[in-house]
Amino acid sequence: MLERLQELHDEAVVKVAEAQDLDSLQQVRISYLGKKGPITEVMKGMGKLSNEERPVVGAKANEVRQSVQKLIEEKERTLQQAAVQKQLAEESIDVTLPGRPVARGARHPLTSVVETIEDIFTGMGFQVAEGPEVETDYYNFESLNLPKHHPARDMQDTFFVTPDLLLRTQTSPVQTRTMEKHEGKGPVKIICPGKVYRRDEDDATHSHQFMQIEGLVVDKGIRMSDLKGMFEAFVKSYFGEDRKMRLRPSFFPFTEPSAELDVSCAMCGGEGCRTCKGTGWIEVLGSGMVHPNVLKMGGFDPEVYSGFAFGMGVERFAMLKYGIDDIRHFYTNDTRFLEQFIRE
Amino acid sequence: MLLSYKWLSEYVDLSGITPEKLAEELTLHGVEVDAVQELGAGITNLVVGRVVSCEQHPDADKLKVCQVDVGEEESVQIVCGAPNVAEGQSVAVARVGGRLPGGMKIKRAKLRGQVSEGMICSLQELGFEGKVVPKKYSEGIFVFPEEVVPGTDAKEPLGLDDTVLELDLTPNRSDCLSYLGAAYEAAAVLNRDVYMPEPRIVPAKDRTEEFVKVKVQADEWNPYYGATMIRGVQVSESPLWLQTALMASGVRPLNNVVDITNYVLLEYGQPLHAFDFDRFGSDEVVVRRAEQDEKMTTLDGEERTLSAEHLVITNGIRPTALAGVMGGADSEVESASENLLLESAYFKPETVRKAQKDLGIRSDSSIRFEKGVDPNRVASAGERAASLIQQLAGGVVLADPVEHDTLNRDELKLDVEADRINASLGTDMSAADMSAVLERLRFGVKEKKGTLHVTVPTRRQDISIEPDIVEEVARLYGYDHIPVTLPNTPSTKGGLTTAQKRKRRIRRFLEGAGMHEAVSYSLTTAQKEAHFRSEEDPRVSVSLPMSEDRSSLRTTLIPHLLEALSHNRNRNLYNVSLFELGSVFHTAETDVTKQPEEKTYLAGAFTGMWETHEWQGEKKPVDFYVVKGVVEGLLAELKADVSFEKAERRGLHPGRTASVIINNRPAGVIGQLHPETAKAFSLAETYVVELDLDALLQAEEKAVRYRPIPRYPAVDRDIALVVDQAVSAAELEGIITESGQPLLDRVHLFDLYEGEHIAPGKKSAAFSLRYLDREKTLTEEDVAAVHGKVLDALEKKAGAQLRQQ
Ligand SMILES: [Zn+2]
Repeated sequence: MLERLQELHDEAVVKVAEAQDLDSLQQVRISYLGKKGPITEVMKGMGKLSNEERPVVGAKANEVRQSVQKLIEEKERTLQQAAVQKQLAEESIDVTLPGRPVARGARHPLTSVVETIEDIFTGMGFQVAEGPEVETDYYNFESLNLPKHHPARDMQDTFFVTPDLLLRTQTSPVQTRTMEKHEGKGPVKIICPGKVYRRDEDDATHSHQFMQIEGLVVDKGIRMSDLKGMFEAFVKSYFGEDRKMRLRPSFFPFTEPSAELDVSCAMCGGEGCRTCKGTGWIEVLGSGMVHPNVLKMGGFDPEVYSGFAFGMGVERFAMLKYGIDDIRHFYTNDTRFLEQFIRE
Repeated sequence: MLLSYKWLSEYVDLSGITPEKLAEELTLHGVEVDAVQELGAGITNLVVGRVVSCEQHPDADKLKVCQVDVGEEESVQIVCGAPNVAEGQSVAVARVGGRLPGGMKIKRAKLRGQVSEGMICSLQELGFEGKVVPKKYSEGIFVFPEEVVPGTDAKEPLGLDDTVLELDLTPNRSDCLSYLGAAYEAAAVLNRDVYMPEPRIVPAKDRTEEFVKVKVQADEWNPYYGATMIRGVQVSESPLWLQTALMASGVRPLNNVVDITNYVLLEYGQPLHAFDFDRFGSDEVVVRRAEQDEKMTTLDGEERTLSAEHLVITNGIRPTALAGVMGGADSEVESASENLLLESAYFKPETVRKAQKDLGIRSDSSIRFEKGVDPNRVASAGERAASLIQQLAGGVVLADPVEHDTLNRDELKLDVEADRINASLGTDMSAADMSAVLERLRFGVKEKKGTLHVTVPTRRQDISIEPDIVEEVARLYGYDHIPVTLPNTPSTKGGLTTAQKRKRRIRRFLEGAGMHEAVSYSLTTAQKEAHFRSEEDPRVSVSLPMSEDRSSLRTTLIPHLLEALSHNRNRNLYNVSLFELGSVFHTAETDVTKQPEEKTYLAGAFTGMWETHEWQGEKKPVDFYVVKGVVEGLLAELKADVSFEKAERRGLHPGRTASVIINNRPAGVIGQLHPETAKAFSLAETYVVELDLDALLQAEEKAVRYRPIPRYPAVDRDIALVVDQAVSAAELEGIITESGQPLLDRVHLFDLYEGEHIAPGKKSAAFSLRYLDREKTLTEEDVAAVHGKVLDALEKKAGAQLRQQ
């Protein structure tokens, strides 16, 4: 009987080794270890054995059984792993194929610039004010110290609707409108972005429609040094910590003293290059202390109040920021242009 | 204004100051220098040569073979193509090995078999702009008006050793439209002295008044008129120094008399005019307003029609000059002129500005008069010109100009407190420092107890109030020296308004939906909009449009978006979805008198594929429901209620258009472009939406209120209904919502079918209904009761039958 058991064991070892899949292994399990299997048969015949032989054969039978059991389990694990491997291999894909794109539209570069500047100034306590694009002569010119027949008021530049109505040539009329709302009481701290219009032939550097951002601060005791301080904060946050700035005298009818703000050229780091016409500086905006006549017309007493104002061209900022060479691109809406600003 | 560095240095000591340094200092202190141009840059080996002989080239009609003395033992042979080259001339010769502007190198050459060792140059070849080159030399080589020793460097006599500063003057600084004005500015900036020219006239015994009378009949516009008689002049070419000075300053030399008046105009900033007195036509100068429609021919040959707002100089009969703007053709100085009448006058800015504008002339004179010239320099400029004419044109200057004079020459006095200057600038300057700064500008200053009593020289017509003085102090002190502070204002709450925040959310949402933001022009045409509205409707037009294309303000954003789609399509970009958020302009007036109503509109235009997954073979073209989905999503983002009603609109597909109702108010339209409209814009199937956002942007923000999550399960029922095709989904949904109360929690359409399994004229619409009781678990009976009511209502109100499976 012992021999028979050993035979069965050896046979099972071969069968297990031969099993190629989980089904045939299951067959092997049933045929050797099942209730009707040969090992069980052998054990059923153990009653005929002597008391001495019985434990020996019993032990052998158990040993064989456990050994086969273990073999089957091991084989099962191997086969299971192989099956998983096979499935994984079959499911393999080309990970380099393009993904399903999630739609993303582009932010117009003018919007990007406006919002960036709005965020900087609102962070400094400014509110964002708006005004009409079709303005009266009074708000666009007269209230800004440009009375009728003033030489600085070049008729050629303005689109008139009637002798008294025009497409605003600047966002400055929002200054007067805002001051009026404050009824002579400070502080006023606003910026006003918006579209403006001038009679310019459209070409690479001129556009009959463009965008400006106007800024105005009015309160008691505002000094020109405050304007400088605010510009320093603005230049650092918009252009970068490493950029230098300088103020240069200039002229605007609605400010005095007036100043142009220059920022060191990013292209050459101030050494002088084509972008900055060799000066090392880029002109970025016009500004100055609010002219007493403008304060007066806005309902503020220039003996008590003072203020500063500034105005910048959004297209110019965008052209500098992105290296755009033709202002018409902003208004053509060519998707090959717009798409480049998806990440903005 | 072009400023020759060499010429400027006659009035202010520029030693040790390079042109670049001068440009920088002027720019930093208020007079911007736009460009610094070195004349003669790149020119080497340019000498004066004397044409010893000049013969026809044996094999070329247009060439001459010249022997030129260049100061060496042997003359050199140069082949020259200029028509005006001739024996005996002193000319500029670029020698072999030398260079001309732009890097051109002169080489020994053979021209049609003749050796040429160098080049005789024209002024253009030496870098002068054609418009400043004397007419005489514009088609050929330059010839020195006086003899120069052959072999000497030609750059110096030609003024090519000079540098020109191009001033970009702001409108207030017309005082710098002259060398003296610029010299005052440079002297102030550099803290140096100014040297004035000193006219020296040897007057004749004869007096001007014996020959001419002056009558000014329009004193309000002409408070000073001075006339000086100069007899026996010889009109000829100016000496070279005068010609090069003018050319460097951008003025073309003409003849010595005109050149001198131009020279003094540039030097003093005072325009002058010389009449040929022999052709003046009378012996009296009458200054008066022109008559309405009076005609005169100016020296540019144009006939001008004048009005009573223009001032003319006449001979008592007819105009001989348009005052301050341009002389008349009749009495222009020419080569034969002998006796001159030199005018030096003060014309008021307003009349000159008016003439300039009405007649469209801007001359070197008018741009100075329109800003106001220095009243204290009018007479001395006349004297300066007379002395130069005497010296260079050999005339006899008669004693004393005949004058009409009521001109106010008083200097303005302003009292300014030093404290106020410091308070305005944030500086801490002493009154003495401020005085010193103003004195550098040659302002008179007396300081008493902190007050500056300032006397402003009349050359500075731009200074009139305290802030002007503050600015002068600030700019000369240097903006760089103003400290950096922050306003001492109470802190203010910055930020965006609700409407501004909403506009940003709209942009973010639409970007997220894959649409690019467009920005288009506000100016458009009635015809472009005629696809969508009647051309007769009132609109806001500009009175003098620059072009037909930009003649009136848009009332809708759609046409320009369609143009953008079309622009892209022409570049093979077929799948494009754009949106624009901007103003449109509406008016009810046919003749606009009031500001139009400006409304914030949002528009979108969609064409081509909405989604393309190429390698998966999936494509989704834009259709009505794509656009509707975007609109629904956007309005959900803005917490607004929206519904859609079938509608018909001009320019849109009558079966595929809906009115958009936002918060119970019609606020726009969505639809497919009518095929005819699409064709007009060269577009394929295209959808548009346009919404009036004003009400929505201003609407109160609805706060989110949390509702407890239901604790009891909901029950879902799906129904498939057969209805007439004309019954809309919204109608069915409305019936279900109404009749399903109070248990109906939500309903949505999940299937729609028309076709062979349904009777003609009918369609099947399947809805999923969800019933929910927030208080208890629903029983079968609860649901059956309400569901039955729903089905009844559907049958009664819409004739809907449950579809038989
Ligand atoms: Zn640079």
